Amino acid sequence: MTELIDFIANNLQMVYIIILMIFVGVEIIGHVPAVLHTPLMSGANAIHGVIIIGAILVMLGAEPENKIALALGFVAVILGTLNVVGGFVVTDRMLEMFKKKK
Amino acid sequence: MDYSFSLELIYLVASITYILGLKMLGHPETARRGNLIAASGMTLAILGTIFFYQGDVPTFIYLLIGVAILIGTISGWVVARRVKMTKMPELVSLFNGMGGASAALIGLIEFAHYTDHRLSILTILGGVIIGSISFSGSMIAWGKLNGTLAKPIRLPKYNLINNLVILGILVFAAYMVWSGSDSQLFLYLLFLAAIFYGVIFVLPIGGADMPVVISLLNSFTGLAAALSGFLYGNMVLLTGGILVGSAGTILTFAMCNAMNRSLVSVLFGGFGDKSSDSSEVTSDTFEGEIKKTTVSDVAILMNYSKRVIFVPGYGLAVAQAQHAIHELEELLVSRGVEVKYAIHPVAGRMPGHMNVLLAETNVEYSKLAEMEDVNPEFQNTDVVFVVGANDVVNPAAHNDKSSPIYGMPILEVENAKKVIVNKRSMKPGYAGIENELFYHPKTSMLFGDAKKVIQELISEIKGM
Repeated sequence: MTELIDFIANNLQMVYIIILMIFVGVEIIGHVPAVLHTPLMSGANAIHGVIIIGAILVMLGAEPENKIALALGFVAVILGTLNVVGGFVVTDRMLEMFKKKK
Repeated sequence: MDYSFSLELIYLVASITYILGLKMLGHPETARRGNLIAASGMTLAILGTIFFYQGDVPTFIYLLIGVAILIGTISGWVVARRVKMTKMPELVSLFNGMGGASAALIGLIEFAHYTDHRLSILTILGGVIIGSISFSGSMIAWGKLNGTLAKPIRLPKYNLINNLVILGILVFAAYMVWSGSDSQLFLYLLFLAAIFYGVIFVLPIGGADMPVVISLLNSFTGLAAALSGFLYGNMVLLTGGILVGSAGTILTFAMCNAMNRSLVSVLFGGFGDKSSDSSEVTSDTFEGEIKKTTVSDVAILMNYSKRVIFVPGYGLAVAQAQHAIHELEELLVSRGVEVKYAIHPVAGRMPGHMNVLLAETNVEYSKLAEMEDVNPEFQNTDVVFVVGANDVVNPAAHNDKSSPIYGMPILEVENAKKVIVNKRSMKPGYAGIENELFYHPKTSMLFGDAKKVIQELISEIKGM
């Protein structure tokens, strides 16, 4: 328990961010028309591709002789990139079709 | 200005683009720009992470990262560009799974480096468990949506088994955290167990509920990303992850609301599951027969109607008939018929699926009517043309308390003067239940592939 309290005390900034971000996320999504649920989900899907930054950090921090870590990190970067690039491109394609015409 | 400060600044900008991007995605006019803004923020954050990294990194690692990003970018781009519009939903699921797998792998690697602190172990194990569930669950959802795993598979007592498995995983993880374990064997056992849980978690859920499941797994992956942001104290990972986690959760509930079902019944109820207590009223024993009709009859009927409403469903998407139906609509309008499309919010495989599909053909927005607005209009409508839709027009949602879709708002097409249903066969829809609408005296069935049938209708009407 003390460990947890220590941690919160030392990382107060992160704790604040987590709490505020939860509210931001909730607020952003309220009252979105059902039509946009799919593109929105797809866009959010692309954004969690931010995990690629974690994968890059793993590789940058890995000891050069640790082959397993490098191999797994390599795969993680590929998968993360797929998530990011594929996610944004698919979303764009969906939205391309919503273009205004008059 | 030192390097690490510039990086923090980049992360701050990126976080803002995510919030802004998601916000803009919620409005039709700004949605596309919002997506691009978030994408540029992401690019910035990735480049910043690589170029502002402090520490000695051998060149070959930079090369490896570059190659990995290149492979991911090219394949992601090509797949996302090439895939057909009808395949979009499963693609979202696939990419979501990739993100989850990435998060799980990060946890697997980092476990060895952070065993000195219980909270770090907790964070890593959390990332591995959630990421793995998201990965395998998304893969199953992907398989279900593309038809490889069309039927829900249920072991006897699957709810009990599933809950025991996840409980076991949590207890085991708690034990590892508590004992400060650094066992790689335990870690991989946990990883495999979580993968297994993802599979058995999604397998029993029916295909019609996949959008909700994907949305849920989407927020899982967000959470996994946030956990690794927590581990590294990396702000952009943290904000992006939490944002998607919370927005995804709300979106999941919004989707459930659109179908008038609770999340609990989606996850544990089993859609289209008639076996349990409702076996008394088996809905596949309807009185009466179905009436078949022909293309020329329907053509005459439509040509001399005043008001026609199209009800598109997944069958339209599968047959790629969106352009054909738009042509039919324009033809009828030129003959003085008033034509509208009635869009059920969950028609197709994902909410908004039909809108996306029809928008591709440049159908006018004003012709796409939402369910609440169009329902009162059916009674003044001469012909309703149901193309490849099934569950969203099933009156059982109103009349049959034992039906698994009971309570779901539907398009009340049975109020129209005449209903023409185009389907390939009498096979039930995604919910796996019979539809009494097909046996309704007002209903005539027009069997055949949607695109072919509509094209025949067009040439028939043109000849009149």
